Amino acid sequence: MTYELVDFVIVSIALLAIGIYGVAVKRNAIRMLFAIEIIINAANLNLVAFARYIPNSQGQTFALFSIAIAAAEVAVGLALIIVAILHSPCDYCGTERKL
Amino acid sequence: MQEVPHMADAVFLALSVLTIGSAIAALEVRSLIYGSISLMGTLGGIAGYFLLLDSPFVAMFQIAVYIGSIAVLILFTVMLVRRQLIFIKVEDKRRRYAGIGLMLIMMVSLGAIILSSGIKTIQTDAPPVDFRTIGQDFLMYYWPALILMALILAASVIGALTLARREDIEDDLRTS
Repeated sequence: MTYELVDFVIVSIALLAIGIYGVAVKRNAIRMLFAIEIIINAANLNLVAFARYIPNSQGQTFALFSIAIAAAEVAVGLALIIVAILHSPCDYCGTERKL
Repeated sequence: MQEVPHMADAVFLALSVLTIGSAIAALEVRSLIYGSISLMGTLGGIAGYFLLLDSPFVAMFQIAVYIGSIAVLILFTVMLVRRQLIFIKVEDKRRRYAGIGLMLIMMVSLGAIILSSGIKTIQTDAPPVDFRTIGQDFLMYYWPALILMALILAASVIGALTLARREDIEDDLRTS
């Protein structure tokens, strides 16, 4: 292998930090969904990287499970966002939360 | 970002710039449509990392599921949402600076922990895992989880359809 494990882990940490920034700062539901996707992808990258360097097949298996569950989560999350937008005349979901 | 002592090669560097840059762009670009397109860039970059890690099966799965379905789903939702909601972006300045500070603290502290641990010395010359092993894993050992996952996916699709149903329109149709 020409690459080292620590490279992938550092990229994964960077993605995790960016995702946490997005979840903490953004007031837009769709953007928060983006940030959650970025965090999930950082986790998947970690799983596959450690599985490659141990080496073990089960990390890849678990990453595949994780990708499929993330697909389900996005489908339900987007449906919830659409319902929130349709049922609220105020712009709760699109712009800002009125405190 | 590249605090590693050795020279990472050009492919890895390009993938890092693509992935992290488009992750930042996905959160910071003003229009949500361009944001979702740059989210596609992040997901594609992750698929590239999977290829570098000798796991082409996961990479193809990532491309098919994430770029093929999730990103397109998000794009359609963004286009369905009313236009004025897409562009308005109201943010608290102080909250934003606090978020950036949190991000930097997390990056530096987690990076320091990782770099000071023994992870840097880990190297492998083992051959990559064959994807047939993954198939065996799925069918021999993890088959209950596979079935459970199928049920979860079906339930989530049904749940999403139920949530997105417009009852007001249906009532109108029934009464008229």
